[in-house]
Amino acid sequence: MAMKRIGVFICHCGRNIAGTVDVKRVAEEIGKREDVVLSTTYVFMCSQPGQKLIEDSVKKYNLDGVVVANCSPTLHEKTMRNAAARAGLNPYRVEIANIREWAAWPHEDNPEAATRKAIRIINATIEKLKANASLEPIEVPVIRRALVIGGGVAGMQAALDIADSGIETILVEKEPTIGGNMFRLSETFPTLDCPQCILTPKMNDVAGHPNIKLYTYSEVDDVEGFMGNFKVKIKKKATFVDWNKCTGCGECLRVCPAHADSEFDLKMAKRTSIYIANEQAVPLKALIDENSCIRLQFEKKVKEGKIKPKKNVKICSKCADVCEPNAIHFQNNEEIVEEEVGAIIVATGYEVMPAEAFPELGGKYPDVITSLQFERLLAPSGPTAGIPRRPSDGKVPESIAFVHCVGSRDPQNGVPYCSRICCMYTIKQAMLVKHAMHDAAVYDFYIDIRSNGKGYEEFYHRAKEEYGVNFIRGKVSKVYRVGDKYRVQGVDTLTGRIVEVDVDMVVLATAAKGSSTVKEIAKKLRIPYDEWGWLKETHLKLKPLETPVGGVYIAGAAQFIKDITDSVSQGSGAAAKVMALLSKPELEKEPLLAKVDPEICAGCGRCKDQCAYDAITIDPVRHVSVVNEALCEGCGACSANCPTTAIQVVNFKKGQVIRAVDVLAEVF
Amino acid sequence: MGKKVMFYPGCTLKGVAKNLEDSTVESARVLGYDFIELPGWTCCGAVYGLAQDSVKFTIANVRNLIKAQNYGKEIGDNRLIAVCSMCYNNLRRAHIDVMKNKDKLKTLDLFMDEEANYEGNINVLHYLQFLKNDVGFDNIKKMVKKPLKGLKVAPYYGCLLLRPEEISIDDREDPHILEDLLQLLGAEVVDYPLKNECCGSYHTVDKKEIVGERTYKLVSVAKDMGADVIATSCPLCFFNLDKRQEIAKKKHSEFEHMPIVYFTQLMAIAFGLTSQDVLHFDKHYISPEEVLKKWL
Repeated sequence: MAMKRIGVFICHCGRNIAGTVDVKRVAEEIGKREDVVLSTTYVFMCSQPGQKLIEDSVKKYNLDGVVVANCSPTLHEKTMRNAAARAGLNPYRVEIANIREWAAWPHEDNPEAATRKAIRIINATIEKLKANASLEPIEVPVIRRALVIGGGVAGMQAALDIADSGIETILVEKEPTIGGNMFRLSETFPTLDCPQCILTPKMNDVAGHPNIKLYTYSEVDDVEGFMGNFKVKIKKKATFVDWNKCTGCGECLRVCPAHADSEFDLKMAKRTSIYIANEQAVPLKALIDENSCIRLQFEKKVKEGKIKPKKNVKICSKCADVCEPNAIHFQNNEEIVEEEVGAIIVATGYEVMPAEAFPELGGKYPDVITSLQFERLLAPSGPTAGIPRRPSDGKVPESIAFVHCVGSRDPQNGVPYCSRICCMYTIKQAMLVKHAMHDAAVYDFYIDIRSNGKGYEEFYHRAKEEYGVNFIRGKVSKVYRVGDKYRVQGVDTLTGRIVEVDVDMVVLATAAKGSSTVKEIAKKLRIPYDEWGWLKETHLKLKPLETPVGGVYIAGAAQFIKDITDSVSQGSGAAAKVMALLSKPELEKEPLLAKVDPEICAGCGRCKDQCAYDAITIDPVRHVSVVNEALCEGCGACSANCPTTAIQVVNFKKGQVIRAVDVLAEVF
Repeated sequence: MGKKVMFYPGCTLKGVAKNLEDSTVESARVLGYDFIELPGWTCCGAVYGLAQDSVKFTIANVRNLIKAQNYGKEIGDNRLIAVCSMCYNNLRRAHIDVMKNKDKLKTLDLFMDEEANYEGNINVLHYLQFLKNDVGFDNIKKMVKKPLKGLKVAPYYGCLLLRPEEISIDDREDPHILEDLLQLLGAEVVDYPLKNECCGSYHTVDKKEIVGERTYKLVSVAKDMGADVIATSCPLCFFNLDKRQEIAKKKHSEFEHMPIVYFTQLMAIAFGLTSQDVLHFDKHYISPEEVLKKWL
């Protein structure tokens, strides 16, 4: 039944529209239509009185359709539909005619054309509206479980908050222990808390929480489904040890003869081939690194036919020999498990650029390391027990230079942005060096000090005034080895002089980037990321935790590099979003979806091939397309490809669109 | 007769840098290439080409490129080789500049109405690039008769081969093309971190002391790294590092002299071309004869 009692409301948008478009004339012209019973203007349709005008008019004139001519529907379609719904009109009988972005703004210099174009846009919208059906939202059931990807401080906080609300939460971490980068740090700015002290309680809470299911040394393998109903495959990587039996006693570590670089210590130390990530790892379990284990390498070569083993040859099994609970089995125990969840939080954190990427700043030398590596040397639990030693010869350095902005704020050599946390951690590291070695000479080369957090500027002043750190404002151009020392060549821009200092060690505050694994995960979740590996939020200011995919949220440094305070806040924030989503038994979904007319459909499958959301299947019995309403996003790709118009998007049917186009295409 | 390739010598090679010209042309001859001097070549603009972004300063180079275009068609080869770093820098930048800014090229073509228009297909190469990519390092190795075994060389690029980035012949922060070549010749290459530092450039004209200080630092660090000689491809770097050692020595009594050579001289020696008609050691302020006598 075509509508006969349409109300048209034309917004001035202050001077945005009315300054160019003659809104009075538009209202008069539209008012001449037979199907329009009310055509009026108002200064701000989105204001409370503007919305009230719609409500009152719907009742007073008994309107059966409404067109609001204002700005883009992404801004106020919902506002206007809600206003009409309050007066009892089905909200899908409200359409927006965008005369601001389409008429007023682009034709500012030609008010006459803008006015005529506005009339035409409104007429076209009325034509489309007239065939709109009344619709009800679709309800989709929700699985009341959540998945958090990444077990750093943001991910742990999110998992704990969700779990505390009574929702079962799955936490997946790719490393053998949770804790993330924060657990590698020595002390934290500006309070100088020790992360091992403040983070272990959280880690243990995660491990012991009745509502948290923890998968460490695991990765998300595949994600299917949609908001409220995700099916996730999780790959538990091979540990070659039965973790149900392993007690974490560490006996195996003492006898293992093979070694490799420690991942946790970022190559600042060696670990054995069978290892526990660190002494406070959660879970405290041993695993074997396949690439360095003598036995596993031998077995691999035999399998590939590279070695022919002699009979009765004895291959290393020292770890298994001393393992009392018999946990070490050397079997590849990689496994895929499936979980169903209603919401997902991605908290995959960050990485820093390697020192090797900056050969001109000495990155090719062993004693020129990244700040994150230096954290391990400053940490009391680290390989040098908190007194930094040079990686090359183990000497305690008497002089250290810190270099800020290595790769940051430098589009040619690194990234264009400021890595945000480096100023503060470098100041902290300079202080800690002075704590550990009073007489050490410390030089801090910076471009600008960015200390914009609570207590941060005060912290910087303490470093300058109480600790005697030499702050030099200027960039470093070169670091090279002269004998036993490293010569740091830079400029002091405050005095305008070239500066050269010879030091024992150089620490580079290299630029932060998104985790190297994030791109794979983002592709599986269909969420966007930028060229530096940061996940893209829906709106930088107002939706920093949301992604364009419903039910998928981001938290912590995965979105952009941030400090611990901000990461924890975002973890809690994303958790609140998930809790709100999972608080209802069912989700409401917009009903503007594809619908199939089985009388016409021939089951050719073209629509199925076009669907980016895997929402269409072919019914094998009736041989027609079937749309899964929960998956369909109403994009219309199917409809455009249907040879018979059997599949169409509701309220976007072919007749409606063609009529609207006819009006738009009339000659001026 | 070797294969004909166009060669752009530039003004300095015709005078004080005769040692660079002859060692370049003769070493190329050993490798089977006949370096033909670009007929009617003119000035590359030298320092003026770098001074400003202006049509005026591009004229000389585009005119050279047009000449190369004409002669290149005759010999069927579009490569134009320069060995002077400044000439290479100016020619290559002019080519890129007019290719990017077609309006500028149009203006230039209109201005030079007697010449043909520049079609943009001249491949300006530095000799090092030519050696690596066109001749091939393996082919060079085959021609080495007297490997420079035991000679410790500090490779020095200066700025003109590396900046701006669009004309850089290698990684602009950590180049190694020169090292790779010197190693092929049998020399021992020392880690020379100042290889892309400034030599002081044209300050040598009116602020000699600045250049004296630069030379002091560049040569001293090379010495600290264990080098016997510094090898370069830039006549200006060569002059500054060589001649200004006089000032460095006056100011710093502990300063020790070090000979500066062109990498092409080392290549010539390794190929067995030891005649002074090729090497011209008389053009050096600090003679490299003593250091190199083992191979001469």
